[in-house]
Amino acid sequence: MSQLLDLWTVLAVGAGVFFFFAGTVGLLRFPDTLTRLHALTKADNLGLGLVVLGLLPRVGSPLAGLKLICVWLLVLLASATASQLIARVARRAGPPA
Amino acid sequence: MNVPTLFGLCGAVLVGLGLYGLVVSPQPLRKILAFNLVGSGVFLLFGVVARRGAALGMGGDPVPQALVITGIVVAFSATALAVALVLRLHDLTGAATLAPADADEPPAQ
Amino acid sequence: MNLALLFDGMLVVLILAVAVWTVTVRDSFAAGIGYAVYGLLLALAWVRLAAVDAALTEAAIGGGLTSVLMIRATVRLRAGEAAARAATPGPLPRLLAALLGGSVAAGLALVVLALPDPAPTLAPQVAEHIATTGLGNAVTAVLLSFRAIDTLLEAVVLIYALIAVWTLTPDRFWGGRPGPKYETDPNGMLAYLARLLPPIGIVVAVYVLWVGADLPGGKFQAGTLLAAMWLLAIMAGLTEAPPISRRWLRGVLVAGTVVFLAIGFAGVPLAGAFLAYPEGFAKPLIVAIEAASMLSIAFTLALLVLGPPERRDQA
Repeated sequence: MSQLLDLWTVLAVGAGVFFFFAGTVGLLRFPDTLTRLHALTKADNLGLGLVVLGLLPRVGSPLAGLKLICVWLLVLLASATASQLIARVARRAGPPA
Repeated sequence: MNVPTLFGLCGAVLVGLGLYGLVVSPQPLRKILAFNLVGSGVFLLFGVVARRGAALGMGGDPVPQALVITGIVVAFSATALAVALVLRLHDLTGAATLAPADADEPPAQ
Repeated sequence: MNLALLFDGMLVVLILAVAVWTVTVRDSFAAGIGYAVYGLLLALAWVRLAAVDAALTEAAIGGGLTSVLMIRATVRLRAGEAAARAATPGPLPRLLAALLGGSVAAGLALVVLALPDPAPTLAPQVAEHIATTGLGNAVTAVLLSFRAIDTLLEAVVLIYALIAVWTLTPDRFWGGRPGPKYETDPNGMLAYLARLLPPIGIVVAVYVLWVGADLPGGKFQAGTLLAAMWLLAIMAGLTEAPPISRRWLRGVLVAGTVVFLAIGFAGVPLAGAFLAYPEGFAKPLIVAIEAASMLSIAFTLALLVLGPPERRDQA
């Protein structure tokens, strides 16, 4: 059973890292602010969710697992708001000259 | 080469880097940023000393850690005062750097 | 070369790369953002050094409040950016500065490599006496019992810094409100976040304060969280920065220090020395000091970020 949980942790965290990597590639390669924001928020939130899911079998108590999920939800909230605000400024500034 | 020594060398490089930035940057805000780099490098050195004092089930010597926490808060308050001074200098004289010949507006109240 | 050392090596390379970028990038606004990233990476370094309390403080203050301060200031000073950039020194001063920085770094590196082995430590003394404080977290015990005088003086230093910032007020704005009047869309994203996050932030802050007795945490981290929540509400236009002449504001700012001093002086007749705690009462007194200090720290840090008053009371 514990080997199955270890396998789950490795797979989930690995998938999360892959999504983070994809988001970073998007940040570096996409042409303008709006597309970069899109890549970052989508990929990073999903990546963080997968990492949290992968770490859940390893927590010491259900309360610690709840804290991990809270962290994920708060990051979701903060990154969604931040990307909305940055996108609004970028749209107002118009396409790069 | 173990973990504390690695971070100690990192702290030493940060102090040197911050010193370079402090001398070279013309904008006062960048000088303040570089000074914060120096401060955080020094705090890392404290952390290294604390980590090497690990004993009796504690991960590190708690006294340097407590000093670092105090230091971070005091460094922030000094930074806030420095930034307020820079902004006031800019409001009064329009100066963009700390050079005396740069003040081109008459003092405005 | 084991895996942990490899991870730490990569972290160090990342920290140094971000630091170099922050120092050398042309745009000051980008340097402010770089400092925020640097603060968060440094918090990871603190965790690797097994100093979680310092990691929390660095993430909150270094990666949070200092960056907010820097970014607000760089935006205000944008006009003079081009003139300042033209004043960059030539190659010879830069070479001399690099030599200075390099020699200081080399000297410190030699000191780090020559640190004594076995390392001197005060951990045994702390472990011996920590039972008298009733706390489980050694760092909190050091901050509030063994080195309480340092923490008391630091609270006073914070108030001094705030008073010094207030002395920079133009005469006509004295007693007014710090910071500009933030007007944002009351149905927009920022207002939504500022309504949703502060209740969660307050609960987390009180939790960090309470659990700091036995686990990493404490009043500085909790106070910073409260300051950040209040700043968020102010910047979203949900509430206004209070005028600095208000009595309640000044009372809250000194409340932590007053409580600390009162308990300290009460220790003279009750326990024999200034800042000594009577037998068995250490933990309740420490919790009282921490709670009062958390409020003072929160207000002081937020007002330090907002700066000197910029408009009159009625504005």
